[in-house]
Amino acid sequence: MKNDYRARNHPAYWAFLTHRISGVLLTLFLPLHFWALGNALHGEAKLESFLRWSDQPLVKFGEWALVLLLAAHMAGGVRLLMLEFLDWRDWSKTLLAGAAGVSVAVALLFLLNLA
Amino acid sequence: MAAMLKVKIWRGAEAGQFQEYEVPRLESQTVLDVVTYVQRRLDPSLAYRFACRVGVCGSCAMTVNGVSRWTCRTHVSKVAADDHLEIAPLRNLPVIRDLATDMREFFDKWAKARGQFTGSQTRKDEFAAVKPESKERKRVDAAIECIGCGVCYSSCEVVTWKPDYLGPAALSRAWTLVNDVRDVAQQERLAAVAGDAGCHACHTHLNCTERCPKGISPTAGIAGLKRAVLKATLKGEI
Ligand code: HEM
Ligand code: SF4
Ligand code: SF4
Ligand code: FES
Repeated sequence: MKNDYRARNHPAYWAFLTHRISGVLLTLFLPLHFWALGNALHGEAKLESFLRWSDQPLVKFGEWALVLLLAAHMAGGVRLLMLEFLDWRDWSKTLLAGAAGVSVAVALLFLLNLA
Repeated sequence: MAAMLKVKIWRGAEAGQFQEYEVPRLESQTVLDVVTYVQRRLDPSLAYRFACRVGVCGSCAMTVNGVSRWTCRTHVSKVAADDHLEIAPLRNLPVIRDLATDMREFFDKWAKARGQFTGSQTRKDEFAAVKPESKERKRVDAAIECIGCGVCYSSCEVVTWKPDYLGPAALSRAWTLVNDVRDVAQQERLAAVAGDAGCHACHTHLNCTERCPKGISPTAGIAGLKRAVLKATLKGEI
């Protein structure tokens, strides 16, 4: 028999879900990002229209979400590497809180820069 | 505290269904008390396991309201939200009948992870001196109180994904032996836990650490094994 959500409802599991979902979304979004950068190299007109498109609120929100994803994935990834490579024991939950804090801070900074 | 508990208990094997019982609610009642009441008073055909009733033998683990727990030391007051209990067999193990699972695979994996001690001394030798404050001894202390209850194994998602994964308890056992300075089968042990089904399959979900009733962190031991295997591989020892 298999476990349902009740067995998984604890912070470390949410961290895993965040890491997997952000990892998969980054894999999907990054090609789009590089395509946009590629446009920057291939002629101004195209870039210009792209930049105008990207000025819409919804796109801005998308950008912000992407930064949050990357920050969460990176902080979460560093957390995992620390858990596995340092001889930790007692501060694993503190580390999780730290990773969450760092990702939110990065996303807020980005939001301030946008505004 | 209500006068009666509403209790749903899994009946059958892999295929089966929950059956409802009403059990008097008592002060300081454990989940094992509830199961025992049902078997003694309401339905003698109910299959379940226990032995010590005091958290030593590791035989009474079940899934209580969706979470794997030792039932003899889980108070009803801690888990029975609004006086409802749902009691099912452990996960990730074949169900024999009702609340009894087939634990053979779980224990066979301890053997596969090279969970046996191999010494080089005889009874004629002096006692080996292991300093209590040494790094190795402290690491052994952190995991040696395992009672083999299977709660961690039942909680581990990687076992569900990958049924041949050795699992948290067997790997945690291997880690205590890796830190046993008297043991002489270290290379063989590291090779045993280095494979696809070994320590590197762990995704550090910490389900096991979250649920172990003895406060052990198999995740910490598995991380230790990952480092030890990496080191041995770089040195060309395994
Ligand atoms: C910024 C620095 C990054 C760090 C420190 C990092 C770290 C990690 C780590 C440690 C894992 C293993 C998780 C596990 O054991 O399950 C992982 C998984 C993954 N990463 Fe990253 N990563 C980074 C950037 C990226 C980027 C840019 C992408 C997308 C293109 C990405 C996509 C993924 C995916 C898809 C997984 C698999 C998720 C899973 O197995 O649950 N990562 N990352
Ligand atoms: S930390 Fe590793 S062994 Fe423990 S539950 Fe997670 S995947 Fe399984
Ligand atoms: S590590 Fe903890 S949960 Fe796992 S078998 Fe041992 S005592 Fe039970
Ligand atoms: S009956 Fe022995 S640990 Fe619960």
